[in-house]
This record gives sequence, structure tokens and C-alpha cells, in this order.
Amino acid sequence: MSWKALAAVDRRVIFVILIAGILLPMVFPLKMPIAVTPEVQSVYDRIESLQKGDTIMMTMEYDPSTLAEMQPMTYNMLRHVFRRGAKVVAVCLFTTGVSQVEQDLKKIADENGKKYGEDYAYLGYKPYPAIVITALGQDFRNPFPKDYYGTPTDSLPVMKGIKNFSSVKLVLSVNATSGVDFWLQYGQSRFRFPLAIGMTAVMASDYYTYVQSGQLVGLIGGLKGAAEYETLMHEKDGYATRVMNIQSVVHCIVVGFILVGNIAFLMSGGKFRMGGRA
Amino acid sequence: MKRQIPLVVCFIAGIIFLLQYFTPHPWPTYLAERMLKWTIVIGFFALGLGIISLWITHLPKVMKQAPGWGYNAVSLAGFLGMVVTGLVWGKNPGTPFIWMYNNLMNPITATMFGLLAFFIASAAYRAFRVRSLLATILLVSAVVVMLGRVPIGDYFFDMLVAPLGYHGVLGAAANWLLNYPNVAAKRALNVGIGFGQAAIALKILLGIERSYLGGDK
Repeated sequence: MSWKALAAVDRRVIFVILIAGILLPMVFPLKMPIAVTPEVQSVYDRIESLQKGDTIMMTMEYDPSTLAEMQPMTYNMLRHVFRRGAKVVAVCLFTTGVSQVEQDLKKIADENGKKYGEDYAYLGYKPYPAIVITALGQDFRNPFPKDYYGTPTDSLPVMKGIKNFSSVKLVLSVNATSGVDFWLQYGQSRFRFPLAIGMTAVMASDYYTYVQSGQLVGLIGGLKGAAEYETLMHEKDGYATRVMNIQSVVHCIVVGFILVGNIAFLMSGGKFRMGGRA
Repeated sequence: MKRQIPLVVCFIAGIIFLLQYFTPHPWPTYLAERMLKWTIVIGFFALGLGIISLWITHLPKVMKQAPGWGYNAVSLAGFLGMVVTGLVWGKNPGTPFIWMYNNLMNPITATMFGLLAFFIASAAYRAFRVRSLLATILLVSAVVVMLGRVPIGDYFFDMLVAPLGYHGVLGAAANWLLNYPNVAAKRALNVGIGFGQAAIALKILLGIERSYLGGDK
């Protein structure tokens, strides 16, 4: 096979190699140690500092398309919050995620023996995140006079003494949408609450600046962040940790493709120039 | 008059929202709170407009059996299916609405997102080339972050540099790239965007920027 042919290899070959890279670690799991980054550590520490009876607001904005990355971190953080004895008031400001979030919240609450209305509440969805977040800053009851199930918000014991962001110890946003910006701009910068964010890996690089400025308590990026969180929770065989092995191999394969593609490019007469655009 | 009234409404609403940031007086906060409630109600009307627009776009194509009309029909059937099951049986666990959500929408959207990995791999192989110095810097940074953010990268790189007494170098390099060059570029962009947004907001508030009214006069 010539270098030129290698540079133009059929994409189906790439797909087959990638499928093999996904399936093999499922059959032969790797056990790699996972290093914890300071951004994940600080989210963990903040949740660890919650006392029994404290309340946090959790905004869960993701849908099935990003479930693979978002669900493990949601489960881990919810488990941690519930184990600390803290209460959760959850909302979802993303249309297609409303039912998914309800199921995820219920699953982890049931698993931890938490009772709806007393230990957690799900207020559901309202359109236009920026407006809803600003309204939540006045009073949670303004945009959500009733919860997801139609129960008056005021009648839920978990809402007793909870008025707005100043009543909660932390706002935890598990977010795979541009709604993260709304929580930063219309929420945190306006009402000054502690905000921690979990997001997809591809989004994470955009938000390190807010960690440094102190606007974010910390951030959890993608499956790697979820696996780090599991490491902190001493769950050595957690879902994210196991799936991280697959992602590890796939990353290596993609890097391998990039290297082989470039070698083929240079060997088949491709030119490197000092100037020019990226 | 058709233009003046919206401009006045925009100015008054904008000033009320602006004032609540700068004064502790309860009146601007009260007014802003009232207006936020109105905005949520208005928002629902906008959703209604979206639904009308969906039907206006798809229905004529189905009626005329235009090329690809089957896709339009599926869109409308999907919409009707979710709305009818939601309205008739509700949205609690075990209802047809949740069944459709879990067994149709869930796998369809997850599959779409999952396919991205294959296209990224294919695109990386074909397009990520060391054609210039900037492209090479981008490529090296991408490789360091991709390998440094997964345990296997750190594990194998540690095996290489362990004899030199180093540990966790690749992960640290990936974190450095994310925390310094990345943040510097992002912050510069954000500051620029922030000034731009403030300028546009001021222009809208003062009625200089009127394109949102549907024209440029």
C-alpha cells in the first residue's frame, strides 16, 4: 500500500478499528489509576462539607443524546449529596430532558431511601432559562408555583424555609446545554451563590476561566470527571471508571489515526510551511 | 406609532431590569419580579408560535407529497404521538408517553450523538494535518490533552519518564494547557464579547438598534 493510498484509506476501515477499540476493553477491562484534578476535588469537598438538613439546588439539563457522559456524574453527585443527609430541590430547564431527569432523580433517591417532598423535590421545566433563573433569584415559587407533579410547591416540606438562591448551600448544575452560560451570567453573577458545574468533556475547556475567577466552585468535565468523582467516593468499580477504560482506548486510537494520517501526508508529498493558518 | 410604542416598551422594561441591579429600593425589584412573570407567560405564546410554524413548514409538503415528504410526515407523527399520549395518559412512569420517550427518543438521540465519535475519528485522520506551524501547535496540544485526560495516556507516559524520576507529567501538561493558554484565550474572547454585548444592549435600550422590530429603519 502506497503512502497516498494510506492517506486516503476508506473510512469504513477507520470505523471498524474504532468499533474494535470500543468492544475490546469491554471484554478485557483495563484497571488504570485515575488521577483527580483540583476542579473535581473542590466540587467533592464542597458537597462533603454539607451538613444533614442542608438544601442544595440541582439543575439537571441534559437529554438522552448526552446521557453517556452526564448520567454517571449526576448519579455520583446525587448519591454523595443524599449520603451527606442534604436535601435536593431540582429543576430542568431543557425541554427534551425533563422526563429523563425525573427518572434519574427518582432512581437515586429510591436507592438511598429518600422520600419525595421531604428529602427532595422536582420542580420540573419552564421555558426560557435566562428568565426562569432570574425569577428563581427572587423566589423559587415565582416560576414554579407547582412542582413537576402538579403539587403546590409551598405544600412540600422540603421547601419549608427555602425562598431563593440565598436559602441553598450550593447550586449544582449538571448541564450539557448552553444553559451553563445563563446560570453564570443571570444566576451566579447576579445572586452570588456558590455554583458548581458538571458538563460534557467538549464543553469543559470553555469554563476553566470561571473556576479561576472564583465564579465556579469547580467543574466536572465529562466521563473523566465522573470517574474522578468515583475515585474520590472510593468506588473502585464504578460505572464511569469502567467506561473510562473504553474512552482511554478510543482516545489512543484517534491519536494513532492522527499520527498515521500525518505520516502518510508527509510521506506522500505533503508540505509543511512555517507560515499560514491553523 | 407602530414603531414608537415597542421602542417605549423596550426602553421602560430595560430600565426597570437595569435599575434592580443598581438600587436596593424595593420598587424596581417588585416591578422586575412582576415583569418576569409576564415574560414567562409570553414565552408560552412563543412556544405556541413554534408549534404553528412546525405545521406550516411540514404539512404543505406532506399534502403535496413533495420530495422527501415522508420525513415531514414522520416529524408531524412524532409530534402528534408525544402530544396525544402526554395529554391523554399523562407523563408519569409507566405511561405511553414515558414508554415512547425511553424507547424511541432515547435510543434515537443517543445513536445520533454516538455516531459523532466515528465521524470525529474519520475527520481527524483526514483533516488534522501538520501543514503549518500553527496547525502543528494545535495538533500537539490536542494530542497532549486527549492522552493526558485519560488514564491510559498518563500510565504509559509515566512508564517512559519514570526512570527520570517524573510522575503524572502528561496529565499535568494537559491541565496546564487547559488552565493557562486556554483560559488566557477564552478570557480575552469573553471580555471582548462582554463589551460588545453591553454596547448592543445600550443601543437597543436607546432605540438606536431597531432590527429586532423587523426592519433597519
